[in-house]
Amino acid sequence: MAELMYWEAIRRAHDEEMANDPLVICMGEDIGVAGGTYKATQGLYEKYGPERVMDTPISENGYTGLGIGASFLGVRPIIELMSVNFAWLALDQLFNSAAKVRYMSGGQLTAPVVVRSPGGTAHQLGAQHSARMEKVFMGIAGLRVVTPSNPKQAYGLLKSAVRCNDPVFINEHELMYNMKGEVPDAEFFHPLEGSEVAREGRDVTLFGYNISVHWCLQAAAVLSKQFGIEAEVVDLYALSPLDRAGIARSVRNTHRAVIVEEAEAPVGVGSEVMAIINEECFFELDAAPLRVSALNIPIPYNHGLEKAAIPNANDVVAAVRKMFGK
Amino acid sequence: MNVADKKRLLREMLFARRFEERCYEAYVERKIGGFLHLYPGEEACAHGVLEAARPGHDYVITGYRDHIHAIKCGADPKKVMAELYGRETGSSRGRGGSMHIFDVEHRFMGGYALVGGPFPLAAGMAKAIKMKGGDEIAICFLGDAANNQGTFHESLNMAKLWNLPVLYVCENNLYGIGTRIDRSTAVIDQYKRVSGYDIPSAQEDGQDIEKVFKAAKKAVNHVRSGKGPYFLELMTYRYRGHSMSDSNAYRSKNEERMWSDRDPIILLRDRLIEAGELTKADYKAMDTEILDEIEDEIIAFAESSPEPRVDEVEKYTLAENDPWVYGGGR
Ligand SMILES: Cc1ncc(C[n+]2csc(CCOP(=O)(O)OP(=O)(O)O)c2C)c(N)n1
Ligand SMILES: [Mg+2]
Repeated sequence: MAELMYWEAIRRAHDEEMANDPLVICMGEDIGVAGGTYKATQGLYEKYGPERVMDTPISENGYTGLGIGASFLGVRPIIELMSVNFAWLALDQLFNSAAKVRYMSGGQLTAPVVVRSPGGTAHQLGAQHSARMEKVFMGIAGLRVVTPSNPKQAYGLLKSAVRCNDPVFINEHELMYNMKGEVPDAEFFHPLEGSEVAREGRDVTLFGYNISVHWCLQAAAVLSKQFGIEAEVVDLYALSPLDRAGIARSVRNTHRAVIVEEAEAPVGVGSEVMAIINEECFFELDAAPLRVSALNIPIPYNHGLEKAAIPNANDVVAAVRKMFGK
Repeated sequence: MNVADKKRLLREMLFARRFEERCYEAYVERKIGGFLHLYPGEEACAHGVLEAARPGHDYVITGYRDHIHAIKCGADPKKVMAELYGRETGSSRGRGGSMHIFDVEHRFMGGYALVGGPFPLAAGMAKAIKMKGGDEIAICFLGDAANNQGTFHESLNMAKLWNLPVLYVCENNLYGIGTRIDRSTAVIDQYKRVSGYDIPSAQEDGQDIEKVFKAAKKAVNHVRSGKGPYFLELMTYRYRGHSMSDSNAYRSKNEERMWSDRDPIILLRDRLIEAGELTKADYKAMDTEILDEIEDEIIAFAESSPEPRVDEVEKYTLAENDPWVYGGGR
């Protein structure tokens, strides 16, 4: 088992899938000759050439639509949108064409595209480069949404997404590309549905996804050591469809839930998970579920203000202590 | 185009006219719901262009005014009508409706309702054709007003940049719903707008199918021979309102008369009659035959077809039993 960085894991998945199927291509801004903003496609241009590693013009809706059209005929494009903030421009094609074409054609046509894009708040990038948009994508029927919290998932989710016949949006994170983690040497395909117990515990479930899984794990360590609270951490790597059964299973175990999200609270992962808990296992609860979310503001530039806007592990600890009255 | 071809095209266009008029009636009877955009007046565009291409072989995509393009590609009119009726036997199993006719078997890749949406999809199909090495081309039909979308410019740029085999056909009927072209668009001649992308283009009379055919033949040959994209603008006019909910009050009777005097079907019919290839009686018989076919076969099929099962309402949202969803293991 090799230690890979998140970007290396993504690069490896690209490389293997492109070697496996000549109809797998990748496209995006600066991904070819320049090797990709986050190096996720480094070296692929040299290996596979300009027909399969396409440096696109800055036309997000245009090239996303082009990828979708190519996918109608069996091509499997992996489209990189440089940042989720720019993905807004491509939502028309992604939502109106890719996500709906199977349904509105009565099952005749599918759009097996993969769109990858980093979201999240990084280091003082300001309001227009700090969006967390998973809530937007996960509300769209016909589109799968996954979000890797570590290199292993980043590798395996992309592999499966390329082969799956549905359009898949992969929500990555700007701060995580240099994160290291174990990735199996043998080829492997991560499920696109479900959730993963990242830490077992009996007292409370901390639901996280992508970067917030790490805040949950840090918080769980503190809670165990300092307060004797054993938190279970559930990694919601699939945001659409969400793992209703997995969410309920954990809550039946711990009877308490805190949902931790990097995004603002309204209409988000937290509200959705709460609704699922309500619908699936309300009477199992010993306490009202809580959310740990970002402030509902455009992200500020100033370092101190930026930190204040985004939750962290301490906020998770504080929420759990409040829940337990400790 | 020989005489037999012309007679066949006359029949196809007349069929298209009667089919759409019958849709109108069915809509008024509330048999058809939703938005309904009809094609009368513009028949020579789809028929002329696709006659010059290889329907069923080339990939065709268009907007919401899509019934006739689908039928010319080979879609069964019975299934198209059943789709308008929302029936399980419809071309999209009743899930699409008038604006979303699909017949992938005949490479009619759909009707789309977002103005300008198909531009990049067509370029993408052309990219796939190129990768797979086939001799097909992608053909995209859209209206004049669609050219004010960003996707128009983004797609032309990419199609030229990557030398993609795609033909863009602009059906310029001078209006986007109720807004006349000179009130929405800085440059009236649409074919001029593509010169900024160094794409060859032409403008042609869209009412005369022989002219359309000739211009389209040149366009199709250009694209099929690997020379990259082409843009063909056809000047035409829709007789009815934009959709059934449009009163059509924004156009003068004079203007409407001017265009109906150059009706694509009458033009071709009279030319054949003048040449002694057709009689008025032949034409009348053709019309009666068409009307009977529409009533006895097409409408009868749609009316007697079953509704989709309500317990299948969620079907076709996502792929069914796709092993890769489960990590490839199942
Ligand atoms: C993105 C988008 N904006 C607006 C509309 C509403 N709309 C439907 S058709 C249309 C006019 C389009 O005109 P044109 O492209 O010339 O095609 P025509 O209907 O004349 O054939 C408008 C504004 C839409 N469907 N999609
Ligand atoms: Mg128009």
